[in-house]
Amino acid sequence: MNRRIFVNALALSAALVMAPAAAWAEAKVVKVGVLHSLSGTMAISETALKDMALMTFDEINAKGGVMGYKIEAVVVDPASNWPLFAEKARQLITQDKVAVVFGCWTSVSRKSVLPVFEELNGLLFYPVQYEGEELSKNVFYTGAAPNQQAIPAVEYLMSKDGGGAKRFVLLGTDYVYPRTTNKILRAFLHSKGITDADIMEEYTPFGHSDYQTIIAKIKKFASEGKKTAVVSTINGDSNVPFYKELGNQGLKATDVPVVAFSVGEEELRGVDTKPLVGHLAAWNYFMSLKNPVNDAWKKEWAAYAKAKKLPTADKPLTNDPMEATYIGIHMWKQAVEKAKSFDTDKVIAAMAGQSFKAPDGFTIKMDEKNHHLHKPVFIGEVKADGQFNVVWKTPGPVRAQPWSPFIPGNDKKKDEPETAAPAKK
Amino acid sequence: MISRLYGPKAWIVLACCAAVVFVVFPVLNLVVPEGNPLHVTAFGVTLGGKIMCYMIVAVAMDLVWGYAGILSLGHGLFFALGGYAFGMYLMRQIHADGQYHVDMPDFMVFLDWKSFPWHWTWSEHFLWAVFLVVAVPGLLAFVFGYFAFRSRVKGVYFSIITQALTYAAMLLFFRNATGFGGNNGFTDFKRILEVPITTPQMRMALFTITGATLIATLLLGRFLVTSKFGRVLAAIRDAEARVMSCGYDTLWYKLFVWVLSAVLCGIAGALYVPQVGIINPSEMSPANSIEIAIWTAVGGRGTLVGPIIGTGLVNGAKSVFTVAWPEYWLYVLGLIFILVTLFLPDGVVGLAKRWRKA
Amino acid sequence: MLRWMLIALLIALCAPGAARALDAATVGKLATGDGDERAAAVAALVASGDPRALEVLKALSDGEMQTAGNRVLIVKDDKAVDAASGEAVTPLPESRDDVIVNNRLRGELDRAKAGLRLMSHDREVRRAAVKELEGGADDDMRPLVKQALAAETDPDIRASLALVSAQLDLKSTDKAARIAAVKLLAGSSSSAVKTTLIPLADKAEPDAEVRAQAKEALKLIESRLARAQMVGLAFSGVSLGSILLLAALGLAITYGLMGVINMAHGELIMIGAYTTYVVQNLFRAHAPGAFDWYLAMAVPASFCVSALVGMALERSVIRWLYGRPLETLLATWGISLMLIQGVRTIFGAQNVQVENPAFMSGGIEILADVVLPYSRIVIIGFAAVVLLGMGLMLARTRLGLFVRGVTQNRAMAACVGVPTARVDTWAFGLGSGLAGLAGCALSQIGNVGPDLGQSYIIDSFMVVVLGGVGQLAGTVYAALGLGFANKLLEDWSGAVLAKIAVLVFIIVFIQKRPQGMFALKGRAVES
Repeated sequence: MNRRIFVNALALSAALVMAPAAAWAEAKVVKVGVLHSLSGTMAISETALKDMALMTFDEINAKGGVMGYKIEAVVVDPASNWPLFAEKARQLITQDKVAVVFGCWTSVSRKSVLPVFEELNGLLFYPVQYEGEELSKNVFYTGAAPNQQAIPAVEYLMSKDGGGAKRFVLLGTDYVYPRTTNKILRAFLHSKGITDADIMEEYTPFGHSDYQTIIAKIKKFASEGKKTAVVSTINGDSNVPFYKELGNQGLKATDVPVVAFSVGEEELRGVDTKPLVGHLAAWNYFMSLKNPVNDAWKKEWAAYAKAKKLPTADKPLTNDPMEATYIGIHMWKQAVEKAKSFDTDKVIAAMAGQSFKAPDGFTIKMDEKNHHLHKPVFIGEVKADGQFNVVWKTPGPVRAQPWSPFIPGNDKKKDEPETAAPAKK
Repeated sequence: MISRLYGPKAWIVLACCAAVVFVVFPVLNLVVPEGNPLHVTAFGVTLGGKIMCYMIVAVAMDLVWGYAGILSLGHGLFFALGGYAFGMYLMRQIHADGQYHVDMPDFMVFLDWKSFPWHWTWSEHFLWAVFLVVAVPGLLAFVFGYFAFRSRVKGVYFSIITQALTYAAMLLFFRNATGFGGNNGFTDFKRILEVPITTPQMRMALFTITGATLIATLLLGRFLVTSKFGRVLAAIRDAEARVMSCGYDTLWYKLFVWVLSAVLCGIAGALYVPQVGIINPSEMSPANSIEIAIWTAVGGRGTLVGPIIGTGLVNGAKSVFTVAWPEYWLYVLGLIFILVTLFLPDGVVGLAKRWRKA
Repeated sequence: MLRWMLIALLIALCAPGAARALDAATVGKLATGDGDERAAAVAALVASGDPRALEVLKALSDGEMQTAGNRVLIVKDDKAVDAASGEAVTPLPESRDDVIVNNRLRGELDRAKAGLRLMSHDREVRRAAVKELEGGADDDMRPLVKQALAAETDPDIRASLALVSAQLDLKSTDKAARIAAVKLLAGSSSSAVKTTLIPLADKAEPDAEVRAQAKEALKLIESRLARAQMVGLAFSGVSLGSILLLAALGLAITYGLMGVINMAHGELIMIGAYTTYVVQNLFRAHAPGAFDWYLAMAVPASFCVSALVGMALERSVIRWLYGRPLETLLATWGISLMLIQGVRTIFGAQNVQVENPAFMSGGIEILADVVLPYSRIVIIGFAAVVLLGMGLMLARTRLGLFVRGVTQNRAMAACVGVPTARVDTWAFGLGSGLAGLAGCALSQIGNVGPDLGQSYIIDSFMVVVLGGVGQLAGTVYAALGLGFANKLLEDWSGAVLAKIAVLVFIIVFIQKRPQGMFALKGRAVES
C-alpha cells in the first residue's frame, strides 16, 4: 500500500516536473535565414558574417528572443555561386518559410536574389558597402552607399590635411561596384574642377596578383607634376599582393596616398603592414574606435569566437560589414516588436525610423523612406599593427543617397522604393 | 527503327518518364493546391528544369567522351554561350522596365553606352536569338575542333587546351567592356515573347520543353550511336590509327559529333537561363566543365542513359549536402571523383549491369 | 617664416649648452592642435634650436608620444618622460591616449627631421637626409642646404645635395642662376626632378631661354626614364617567368614521366605555402629572435611535406590509374577538391598571414624610379638554384637516369631492370616537392589561402603544354617566354586582354606543334 502511494506520488511529481519542461520545449520559434558563402572565393569575407549573425541570434535569444519567439537560424551555403544564391533564397522563403534573410556580399549575388525576394515578397538585410543605384522595397541596405564612403574619402584627399591631391588614379577590380563608384567619383571630381587629363582609370580582373606593371604606371602618372592620390576599389584578396608590391616598391603614403574602400582589418590580416603605414581606408566603423559600446561588442565577439572554437579565435577581428549585420539584426527585432508581427509588409513599415546604439559610437537611424542607414564616415590610416588610426570623421551620421546625384538621369529618381511594381502575373 | 533504338522494356521506361514530365509534374504543380503534401512547389519545378538542362549537357558530353573518346574539359563554355545568346534576347525583353527606365539593359546604362554594340544587333528578335543559340557554340566548336583534330591534338593535351579556351572566354566575359554584363551577367528577366516569365504556367512550359528536349536528345543520340556512324565513332575511340589506315577520314567524324555536342549544350544553356534567372561568366569556369565530366562518369560513359542518372545523383547530392552539411560537400564531391574513377569505371549503369549478370 | 627660425637655429647650434625646456605650449599644440597648428608647431620646434627638438619629433613619428590629461609624454618601454621638459614621470599614468600622426604631418616631420640631420656627423644619416629632400626641399631650407653643401666632403652626397640646391635655385629671380640650375638638373634621371622642371617648360615661364633649356632637360630626363621603365618591365617579365617556372617545373616532370596531368598540383603548391605559414608560426612562438631565418627551415619543410603528400597520393590513387590519363585527370581533380576543403577545415577559409623576413622587404633602387623588390630578386635566384639542382639531379644521379629512361620508353626501361613503379613514386614525390617549393616562394609575394592553387594551375598547364616534355629547357623557355609576353602585353593593353591573348596564342601554337616546343623525338605511340 505504501509502495503504491509512493509510486503514485513519484509519478505525479515527475509529471509536474515534466510539464513545464514540455511546455518550454514547445516554446515559439521563428526561423531566420542566413545566406552567406561558406565555401568558394567569397568564403574569406562571408564566413565572419555568418558567425556574427549566429552570435547576435544567441544574444537576442538569451534576452528572451523576439517577441518571445526563439530565433532559429537556417544557414545555407550558396558557395560563391550566383545562380545557387537565387535557388537558396527561394528555398529559404518557400521551403523553410523564414521570416527574414540576412545575407549576400557581392552585388551580383544581391542582384541574383533580388527578383526572388520581390516576387515572393521576402525580406533581405544586405550589410555590405555597395555602389548604390538600387532601391528595392524588400531590401534594407545596412552598408554604405557611395556618398557615405567614397565621396567623403576623396574630399579628404583633396583637403590640406589629406595631402591636397590634384591628380587621381581610380584603380579597381573589373565589376559593377568599382565601375559605378568610379563613374560617380569622376563626375564628382569634374564638379571640383579636376579634368580628365588628371584622372587615370584602370581595372584588373578578379584574383589578379601581379601588380608590378600597375605600380609602375602609377609612379609614372604621379610624376607629371601634381600631387597624386590613388582611390582603390580593388576587391578581396587581390589587395594583399597589391599592398605588398606597394610596400616593396617604396611607394610611400606621404608621396602617393592610397585610399581603399574594400580593405578593412580582416583584409590586412594577411599583410605585413609596416611599409603601409599612412595609407588610408574609409568605412563607417573601425575596430580601433574607442567607445563603451564597441568595447563591449568586441569582447562579446572574442568570447563567442573562443567558445565556438572558430579558426580565427586567436586573433578575433571586427569590421564594418560585421557591424552592419549586428545593427541590421537588432533593428529587425525592434521593428518586429513594434509591428507586433512577422509579416513582411508590417515589418517593412515598422523599420522606418528605427534607431540603435551602434559600436561605431553613434546612434544609427534607419531612414524613414529610403531603406538605408544614416551612417557616420571615418577615414583611417593604417597602423603598423594592422589596425587603423581614425584621422578624420564626420561630425554625425550622414544620410544615404542611393541614387547618386552625380549620375545623369538620377535626378528623376525618387528617394524611396517604387510603390507600383510592374504587373508580374 | 524504333526497335533498333531500344528494346520494348526501355521504351516503356521512357514512356513512364515522359508521363512524369508531361503529366505528373504539371498536375502536381498547377492543379493540386498549395497546402497539399503532394503539391510540387515552384522551387521544385525550377530545380527539376535546371537538372534536366544539366542532363542534356551530360548526354552531349557522353557523345564526345563515351563514344568518341574525346575528353573535353571546356563544355561548360558552349552551355554558357547558348545561355548568353538567349540571355541577350531576354535582356531586350525587359524593355524599359529596368532600374533606369530606358530601353537598354541596366549595365549598359551605367557604362554610359548610348547605343548597342555590334554583337547586340537583332537581339530583340526571338528567331535570331534561337539561331544564335545554335550557331555561336556550333561555329566556335567547328573552328576549334577543325584545327585541333587536323593537327591530331588528342588526349590530355586536348583536354588542357579546352580548359584554356573556356578560361580565356571566362576572362573575356568578365570584362565589363566586352558588353555582356561583366561579373553581374544578365539577370532580372521579365518576359519571353511578351509573356511574363515568373508565372507558374510559363515555368511549367519551360519545364516541359526542357523535358521534351532531353528526350529528343536521348533519342537522337541513340539513333546516332546505333547507326553505322556510331560504329565508326566507337572504333575511333578505341583505335584511331587503325581506323585511319582503313581509309576513313576521322577528322569529319570527330568534328561532326563535336559540333553536334556543342550545339546540344548551347540549347541546354538557352533553356537553363530563363529557369534559373541569371547567367554570369562563372558558368564558364573550368571547375564547372570538370564537374560535367564527373556527372557522365558517375552514371556510366558510353551508355547515354548513364549520364542522365549520374547527373541526377550528383546534383541531388549537392542540393542535399549544401543544406545539411555544407562544410562536407566538397569532401563528398572529391570522393565521388576518386571512387568513380578507381572502382566504377563504367559508372552506376555498369554496376547495375554487373549485378544483373551476377 | 622658417627662414628666420633656421637662422635662429644656426645661431643656437653655435651656442653650445643652451639646453632649456621646450615650450610646453608648442609641444601641447603639436599633440592636440588641428592640422595647421601642428605644422606650425613642428616649424617652431625646429626653430627653437633645442637639441631635444629632434628627439621629440622622432618620438612623434615613431608613435611614442602620448597624452595623459594635459601632459604630453614620450613613452618608451613603459617609462614615461615629459615631452617638454624631458623629466621622468613616475608612476606611469594609467589612462593615456595616443597622439595620432596623419600623412600631412608625417610629411612635414620627415622633411623637418631631414633638415635637422643635414649637418649630422654620421655619413649614413646625412645621405638618408638628402634622399628625403630629393622630392624638393622647402624654399626656407635654402640657407641650411647651402651651408650643408659648402661643408660636405663626401662626393656622392655632395652631388645629390647639389641637385637639391639646384631645385631650390629654379625659383630664384636671377636668370643665369636658373639656367645653371636647369643645366645641372638635366643630368638627373629622377621623376621627382622632372616634376619640378615641368613648370619651367610651361608657357607660364616668362623667359624664353629658360623655357628652351628646360624643355631640353625634360627631353633628356624623359628618355632616361623611358629606358629605366624598359628595365623595370624586363625585370617584371623575368620575375613572372621565374614564378611560372617554379610552379610548372614539378608538373613538367610528372607529366613527362607518367603522362599524368596532376590537377592537384595547385593544391600541392598551396600545401607548401601553408607549411611555410606553420613554420613561421613555430618560429614566432619559440624562436622569435631568429624569425628572419624561418625561411631557411621553411624551404626544406615545404619540399618534404608536399613530397610526402604527393607520394601518398601516388601510392593510393594514381598508381591504380596507370595508363588511363583522362581518368587520372578526374581523380586528381577530386583529390584537389578534398585538399582544398581539408585546408579550409584546419586553417579556416580566410587567408593567413605570412610575413616576409626583413631581408625580403623593401627593394633596391637601381635606377631612379626603378625599384626592384628584394623578394622578387630572391625568388628569381631561388628559381635558378632549383632549376640547376633539378638539372644536375636528372643528369648526374641514378634516380635522374631512371627518370629519363622511363620517360623515354617505359617498357624497355622495365625490361632492363629499372624499378618503374618505385621510380614513379619517387618522381611524383619530386614533382610534388617542387610544387611545395613554389608554394613557399609564392607565400612571400601573394596571398596564402585555400584557393591559392586554383590561381596557378592554369598557368602551370600552359607552361607545360607549351614547353613540351622532351627537356627541361622547354619548360624554362616557355615560362620565361610567357612571363615576358604577359608583361609586355599588359603594359600595352591591360592585364585581362594580355592574359586572354596569351591563352589564345597557346591554343593556336598547339595546333601547329601539338607536342609543344620540345617534344620527344621518335614515333609517338598513342596512349
